Amino acid sequence: MSLDKDQVQHIAMLARLRLSDTEFAESVEKLSRIVAFVDQLKNAPTAGVVPMAHPVNEAQRLRADEVTEGDDRDRIQQNAVSVSDGLYLVPKVIE
Amino acid sequence: MSRDWEVVIGLEIHTQLATRSKIFSGASTAYGAAPNTQACLVDLGYPGVLPVLNEQVVRMATCFGLAVHAEIARRSVFARKNYFYPDLPKGYQISQYELPIVGRGELFIEDDDGNEKRIGITRAHLEEDAGKSIHEGLDGYSGIDLNRAGTPLLEIVSEPDLRSAKEAVSYMRKIHSIVRYLEISDGNMQEGSFRCDANVSVRPRGQKELGTRAELKNLNSFRFVEKAINFEVERQIEILEDGGTVMQETLLYDSDKDETRPMRSKEEANDYRYFPDPDLLPVEIDDAYIEAVRASLPEMPDAKKLRFMKEYELKIEDAAILTASRALADYFESAALAGGGSAQAVANWVIGDLTGALNKEGLDIERSPVSAAQLAGLVQRIDDNTLSGKLAKEVFDGMWAGEGTADEIIAARGLRQISDSSAIEAVVDRVIQANPTQVAEFRAGKDKLIGFFVGQVMKETGGKANPGVVNKMLLDKLSG
Amino acid sequence: MTALHRRSLVELKSGLASGEFSSVELTETLLARIAGEGAGLNAFITVLADQALVAASAADDARAAGKAGVLNGLPIVHKDIFCMRDVRTTCGSRMLENFVAPYDATLVARLSAAGAVVLGKSNMDEFAMGSSNETSYFGPVRNPWDLERSPGGSSGGSAAAVAAGLVPAATGTDTGGSIRQPAALTNTVGLKPTYGRVSRYGMIAFASSLDQAGVITRSAADAALLLGVMAGFDERDSTSVDVPVPDYSDTLATPVKGLRIGIVRQHFDEGLESSCRSAVREALATLEAQGATLTEVDLPNLDYCVPTYYVVAPAECSSNLSRFDGVRFGYRAEDPRDLLDLYCRSRGEGFGAEVKRRIMTGTYVLSAGYYDAYYLQAQKVRQLIADDFARAFAEVDVIAGPTTPTPAFKLGDKTDDPITMYLNDIYTIGANLAGLPAMSLPCGMARQLPVGLHLVGPHWSEARLLQLAHQYQLQTDWHLATPEAYA
Repeated sequence: MSLDKDQVQHIAMLARLRLSDTEFAESVEKLSRIVAFVDQLKNAPTAGVVPMAHPVNEAQRLRADEVTEGDDRDRIQQNAVSVSDGLYLVPKVIE
Repeated sequence: MSRDWEVVIGLEIHTQLATRSKIFSGASTAYGAAPNTQACLVDLGYPGVLPVLNEQVVRMATCFGLAVHAEIARRSVFARKNYFYPDLPKGYQISQYELPIVGRGELFIEDDDGNEKRIGITRAHLEEDAGKSIHEGLDGYSGIDLNRAGTPLLEIVSEPDLRSAKEAVSYMRKIHSIVRYLEISDGNMQEGSFRCDANVSVRPRGQKELGTRAELKNLNSFRFVEKAINFEVERQIEILEDGGTVMQETLLYDSDKDETRPMRSKEEANDYRYFPDPDLLPVEIDDAYIEAVRASLPEMPDAKKLRFMKEYELKIEDAAILTASRALADYFESAALAGGGSAQAVANWVIGDLTGALNKEGLDIERSPVSAAQLAGLVQRIDDNTLSGKLAKEVFDGMWAGEGTADEIIAARGLRQISDSSAIEAVVDRVIQANPTQVAEFRAGKDKLIGFFVGQVMKETGGKANPGVVNKMLLDKLSG
Repeated sequence: MTALHRRSLVELKSGLASGEFSSVELTETLLARIAGEGAGLNAFITVLADQALVAASAADDARAAGKAGVLNGLPIVHKDIFCMRDVRTTCGSRMLENFVAPYDATLVARLSAAGAVVLGKSNMDEFAMGSSNETSYFGPVRNPWDLERSPGGSSGGSAAAVAAGLVPAATGTDTGGSIRQPAALTNTVGLKPTYGRVSRYGMIAFASSLDQAGVITRSAADAALLLGVMAGFDERDSTSVDVPVPDYSDTLATPVKGLRIGIVRQHFDEGLESSCRSAVREALATLEAQGATLTEVDLPNLDYCVPTYYVVAPAECSSNLSRFDGVRFGYRAEDPRDLLDLYCRSRGEGFGAEVKRRIMTGTYVLSAGYYDAYYLQAQKVRQLIADDFARAFAEVDVIAGPTTPTPAFKLGDKTDDPITMYLNDIYTIGANLAGLPAMSLPCGMARQLPVGLHLVGPHWSEARLLQLAHQYQLQTDWHLATPEAYA
């Protein structure tokens, strides 16, 4: 199965990726090849097989309900490009 | 509303679980901190960090499930719901999708005709809350505060069994009362700890298939739920009656304008790409765990209501009011058990004067200046005729003002009711002697004048005479 | 006497203990090599010279005070995927070019607590997505055996640094072969432990259900020494498993006599270059001569490993990398027009081509209408593959074969076709899908380039793999071969 331009456009949008024209053309071609390659999975004898989500067969461990983290905002926010009064800034969101 | 249309409503209630720390991190959940001071690396979705599940959220969800007679999943799975939004730091929300912790359950509400009605609960699942966006005063920017990100939520999804805005509110109140009873949520709606989305559709009465639904987002008060649903129902009926079609869309209720409007940010069709979160393993619960939680459950509102009716011989309406909140029920019950007075009298005081005074001051029952023991003391003094109704109100006001117990106030203000016949008789005789005209008129058949005589006696005794004794004595003497 | 830069960790440990040299002297020697003959390899993204000298001096003081840890004063390098407090951690990406981690990964903290001295952060394929180190934003790493060739990837910088004698040992991560393939191509030892053996906390995630941290060293004994410190339960990682950590060095001396080695026929078919085939065959013959038995085992779903991986890994990566949105950390596009523009350009400009390709592949296989056919189907095939291994391990103790189909390939050779590049991991991916421990060790030369022997064991069998590798290394000296320019 191959992907058309509209599909690649849609995927890039879902993934929030801006692609240059060359990248876009290359993506259409390469993604099609990848999808064609993984298509062979359809032939695997999976009737009745339970999907495997984890390589270990363990149950989730639970944490005690304790506050262990304090305020480290100022240090952490040194990695952010745009902050003001402790808030992370983004172009105005319209709800 | 037109009789030709049937309204179909399903609610998704998001209730914040009352844990100390977040669902997947050790950051505090306390409300109102300075922006981003309670957002740790896990809450911020920092590269490399990983979630670890808080044991309390599992217990709380199990409590809720048992309280609504739901199936508790022995194995539940966390999934990622993928979408981009500034208040969602990781670009996905950890939630439960295919295998939620709480399965089908039910509860009962009163429908519009006062009959008991079963409302199905489809499921309840655990998830993390998002942060908050602040849009004002930032000059073309929105500011993101992630303190709320990672706060544990239990999302309770109802079946589309609700048929009016009133039923929806009554269902929501019931859920509110349950989570408060269980002490798994503070239910604080102003702080957003209890909010809901409503799926609303209408269909011609008798039609089987559901109409197209609209989703009303983020309704954070009972009043808004009712108003928003009513507005939306009318809007949909109007569209349909004009021959139009209802669009499936997400709407935001604007409480200032009392109208719903489409949410711009949700216009794009979402494809959430749910898949099991590989950072978290399946949550496994065994029977012993469930039974231990079951044994720890408090008495729930419906059971308590029946017990109050039986044990305290309360009227059903009063029992319903008193058991709507666990704190109110506890207050009533400890007052009823403390005093020698009648439980119905205690109930009347709690529902009447006490609730009135609390509402006026905007106080919760937990912060009532009059304790249950104090109220019990007051009712006891009414029952043993120490206080008349009028005096009792005065004593109540004194207790409210912090002047002490009923007995202390009675002593301090000299409010003891006079029930001693000889003392009352002297006053009665004086009043009869002083008002010969009225005595003659009464004896001539003007029965209503009894009130006048009682009033005179009360006036002379400063309101302290026992009205029952006065009444009886006057009737004896006047007719004699 | 062997030069310091050619000695193993075990040898350096005893040299430090005996006072033959100090950690500061050792550190200075290696820092000089990194800045000198090693510079052309581009193996490092960040060299922590000052910090390393401070740590070395502290280690010397600790030793003087009688408080030497297990790794006291021993130099190591971390793949730049591990967060290290107050140190730039790039993951080989422009996205994190200026990212300073505010915390230590659990692995970093444990190694440092044992006294290890961190010389720097090694180059890698961007977000560990690649098998040639050519997807790094900081340029490709060169193979010390032939500078025209790739050292493999994604832990290419770690492998090249160890092979060239810039450092005795380095950490790496392995999602589909990212430790073992570069180890094979550079004549080093690469160990990927059982999934859940080493904490993933602080290791920037590529594909969470496949990623596992491990080591690249020049001997099995060194790998055993490091693993003992790194392994163990971590309460910050829900997928870390609470299984006791044995003393891996303890069992190294046990002979391999009677050990049952499984051979998979398909591992030796036409996909394997003949010069590699003979090297691997010879290694197996050596092990047989040492007393191990060889049995043929069947992995019927082997051919599905690579396609399964290229559904599962991109799916998880597409979600894991959503957090890089230009808001809280990482690259942020200049003057965004609106929110959507901020997202799309920050991610479009911050990520390289291969990363974007994998994010899109993953987005596609999870999207409405394709989830069942691709993602869910891949999870089922993954179970089949895990079952195949479980069946095989009922009959044998270890499965052995080639690590890669060819020796090191030339830079630029495979970048054009993603499938050809992906097939490079054909022998290694199964262990990640099934969560099994696996390692690669030097076993010969083909066209004057190193060849790796691949070992896979059942869950938690690291001690057995290390024992087998160590016994082989007692008998052979392929692991001592060094690239001439870096001798």
